[in-house]
Amino acid sequence: MSGSNEISRRDFIKVTTGIVGGLIGVAIGLPSISYLIDPALREGGKDAWLSIGKFEDMQIGTPYPFSFTRVQVNGWERTSSSFGGYAIRKSDDAKDILILNSRCTHLACTVNWHAESDAFLCPCHDARFSKDGKVLDGPPPRPLDVYDEFRLSEDGHIEIFFKAG
Amino acid sequence: MWKKVYEWLDERLGLNDMYTNLLDRPEPTGNWWNTLGSASMFLFVMQGLTGIFLTVYYTPSPDHAYDSVQYIMEGVAFGWLIRGIHHWGATLMVIVVFIHLLRVFVTASFKFPRELTWLIGIGLFLATLGMGFTGYLLPWNQKAYWATTVGTQIAGSVPFIGEFILKVLRGGPELSALTLQRFFSAHIWMLPAVLAGLMGIHLYLIIKHGESHFPTKED
Repeated sequence: MSGSNEISRRDFIKVTTGIVGGLIGVAIGLPSISYLIDPALREGGKDAWLSIGKFEDMQIGTPYPFSFTRVQVNGWERTSSSFGGYAIRKSDDAKDILILNSRCTHLACTVNWHAESDAFLCPCHDARFSKDGKVLDGPPPRPLDVYDEFRLSEDGHIEIFFKAG
Repeated sequence: MWKKVYEWLDERLGLNDMYTNLLDRPEPTGNWWNTLGSASMFLFVMQGLTGIFLTVYYTPSPDHAYDSVQYIMEGVAFGWLIRGIHHWGATLMVIVVFIHLLRVFVTASFKFPRELTWLIGIGLFLATLGMGFTGYLLPWNQKAYWATTVGTQIAGSVPFIGEFILKVLRGGPELSALTLQRFFSAHIWMLPAVLAGLMGIHLYLIIKHGESHFPTKED
């Protein structure tokens, strides 16, 4: 059809097929992507104040281990995740506590307090953290995370504010 | 620039030949009944894609199969759409494949030199029914459970070897976790592999022999 302004029957079919096919592709394709990434767009669990132990049980200068689990509904199942840390009381003042998260800042293994070496040791890659959470040795890029929102409840418990996600 | 890239690829892959042979091949005078094969193939691809997407959330275990399907329908964005297409597409595919078979029979297109195309087509039809049968169990609801109980029981009524067939289908004498798991395996791996392989040969034969002409009054 060279030299003619009219579109040939073949080209018309080709273009129409392309456009209709493209529209169907988009109409199905975009929802499909949304379907795939949907769980990643969900809100996590709820924030909460959680007790980590009695203030009077914590001895000054000795890391006090605590742990808690959070249960969340993921899809058609309930998943419980464990969290833990150490509270280090420094004086009689209930505000003077350092609460460390025991999750290693390198690759998320759990660090343990080792009294003999006066450090937190990570079993995975031999990282060492000092009592106040600073990196002494090994690959971690930053000090241990700190729960900085905490309070003393009326019945003498230390509670931390847990942020989900 | 793109033309050069295309020419480089064409010299090595033969894109133009492929286009001519696959999409621009001569056809008998237009007839809508001749499009049913392509429609079947389109539905197969559609079922394949939606099926792959469904496996992202579906779990073939008696504990979770039903809950995971509920989750797809109510919890995931557009889960209802993906499963809806798969659900209705399955019914549509059986219908379209069967009408395709009828058309080939009625127009006597199975005659020389297309006997093998016909036989392989029968295999494709049976594999499609197999997909329907195995897929029906997967939602693991009452209808699925009892339909498969009845279906495998019918297979078990074959003389002499019936009981053996029933046990092979169910993975034991009872409908159990093993049944669900093997139906799932058949539904997503074995039967699709058979379908894809047979479709390859079917298409090759169609391209080799071309489509048959519609019989005229004289025929």
